[in-house]
Amino acid sequence: MSTLEIKDLHVSIETEQGTKEILKGVSLTIRTGETHAIMGPNGSGKSTLASTIAGHPRYNVTSGTITLDGEDVLAMSVDERARAGLFLAMQYPVEVPGVSMTNFLRTAKTAIDGEAPKLRTWTKDVKAAMEKLRIDADFTQRNVNEGFSGGEKKRVEILQLELFKPKFAVLDETDSGLDVDALKVVSEGVNRAHAEGNMGTLLITHYTRILRYIKPEFVHVFVDGQVVEEGGPELADRLEEEGYDRYAKGAGAATIAAADAAVQG
Amino acid sequence: MTAEITTEKARIGAPSIAGFTEEGEGLVAAKVDHTHNHGVTVMSSRAERLTSFNVADFPLPTGREEEWRFSPVRGLANLLSDTATDLDPVPAAGYTVEAPEGYVRAPLAPGAAPRGTALVPADRAAVVASANTDEALHVVIPAEAEPAEPLRILVHGAAAGHRSNAHFVLEAGANSRSVVILEHTGAADHNGNLEVIVGEGAKLTVISVQLWEDDAKHLAQHDAQVGKDAVYKHIAVSLGGSIVRLNSNVRFSGEGAEAELLGLYFADAGQHLEHRSFVDHNMANCKSNVLYKGALQGKDAHTVWVGDVLIQKQALGTDSYEKNQNLVLTDGCRADSVPNLEIETGLIEGAGHASSTGRFDDEHLFYLMARGIPEDVARRLVVRGFLNEIIQKIKVPALEERLTDAVERELAASEN
Repeated sequence: MSTLEIKDLHVSIETEQGTKEILKGVSLTIRTGETHAIMGPNGSGKSTLASTIAGHPRYNVTSGTITLDGEDVLAMSVDERARAGLFLAMQYPVEVPGVSMTNFLRTAKTAIDGEAPKLRTWTKDVKAAMEKLRIDADFTQRNVNEGFSGGEKKRVEILQLELFKPKFAVLDETDSGLDVDALKVVSEGVNRAHAEGNMGTLLITHYTRILRYIKPEFVHVFVDGQVVEEGGPELADRLEEEGYDRYAKGAGAATIAAADAAVQG
Repeated sequence: MTAEITTEKARIGAPSIAGFTEEGEGLVAAKVDHTHNHGVTVMSSRAERLTSFNVADFPLPTGREEEWRFSPVRGLANLLSDTATDLDPVPAAGYTVEAPEGYVRAPLAPGAAPRGTALVPADRAAVVASANTDEALHVVIPAEAEPAEPLRILVHGAAAGHRSNAHFVLEAGANSRSVVILEHTGAADHNGNLEVIVGEGAKLTVISVQLWEDDAKHLAQHDAQVGKDAVYKHIAVSLGGSIVRLNSNVRFSGEGAEAELLGLYFADAGQHLEHRSFVDHNMANCKSNVLYKGALQGKDAHTVWVGDVLIQKQALGTDSYEKNQNLVLTDGCRADSVPNLEIETGLIEGAGHASSTGRFDDEHLFYLMARGIPEDVARRLVVRGFLNEIIQKIKVPALEERLTDAVERELAASEN
């Protein structure tokens, strides 16, 4: 049983216009076995939270803490966080030139486990996980994400989630850009990883449709760098009905409502 | 500083994209009959390039000439001057040959056949090296011989900044099978020609390894004439030296021959590593494949690849492909990459080229580290994976291992 605890997190980035605060005091506690959905309009800071947990250098934590079973995550380098059991399924996985998927997966697994996986079972595990995610076998020979379609990249992120078995998985808009079939395949992968019972999930999404396949126990609504409402799955249902406009204030409301209407229409 | 990545395509306005950007095209049996290159200016045909044994035909380059436009000619004055090998206080460079008994023949004076068969100097460097080498090493692999071990020619520079000239003539007899390693270590201003005559049905691999010290400079013209049904492979591996410029050229003397020109280079801060290749498809039904891969790191690391392929009118049934890939590891580097394809007949199997320059940047590093891979391992993973495609074609295990280690050392140097 592990706990990922985020307390009063403030995060800023440097822009051409100067320092900009994106997260304005976020607190969140996730335990093994739980699935939390973070929902919010674009620009609300959801992805910033995901990248900050993983340690992306662009984001500066100005105050607050992130701990994993009491250990200070913010003091860890990016690779140390991954080895401690945090996994970020990225919104835009990058293509890495020169590195084959096979080599990458084995190197990462070795780093995370602290020892090389046994070759025979590892190859079998990779093959089986790929089949379940309907990833072609020849992907192992290709370079990491090179020439993969958007949907293929997302599947490969979930492939890593299943193979690396993290304590906590942060899924940063894994559903975006997926057609219904791909969404199902990807969701099944997350559910399989979850069913093993040793993982907590933080599901970051703009839309409610992935929640038809992955059922969160907790829903947090993110607006302007803060959690503005929290509840159970019923909150997601309400968002599906009403969109985010009731959280928006002033001039922004019309824009957000219009964007939502366009999406849902 | 930002990395400057140029290809002819990039210069005319195509965007460069993080990760690998690949551009290329395959012209399969296309009806084309014109100079095919991406240059802004149309250059004259490679076929018109001057070759001569006469030093006076090649004035000192200014750096504006097509064949010198990427080279730091100001740093090459000593190598481009018409001077003899410096013997004082010690010979600037010396060489030893490891070959089976009887393979090394009497040296060849200028004009003494087969010297001059495959190599006619094509630039100032080659002509002064030729003119200043009275006795060319002559190695002959007898017909049908299959030496168990690679032959080795070990060139060692003993005096940085001192001039050395060399001209080696290598003959692979009909149906022989052999590997020749030409290795460069130490430091000198070395101007070295290699002339290779591949007999009918022979298989010859020449591996030219530049493991120079940091203060060495090296200009080289390696020309091969490949006989009927012969298979010639030339692999240039340039890791050391402050300036290295190696031109690897091939022509055919019979049909059905194959040539593969490969290269691997890793440029550090301040290093200029230049490779030019030229495949002259002057015979019908020959195949060629050119692949050069390079990594760059550090301020003012500069690499150049210029790949010329000429498919002459009579070269029916030609199958040719050339590709250059560069991996830029840090800011402040510059990779020039210029494929030039000239096709004078449409009746060919295929002709294609590609050039790509990728950047290993902070986002790649973040991605790998976010999967638990430490930074140094991540860098090694990328570079090793990238360069391994060439290393594994060497097929001399001991040399492959040495070069893998040398690449690792280059990487380790950057982490300090």
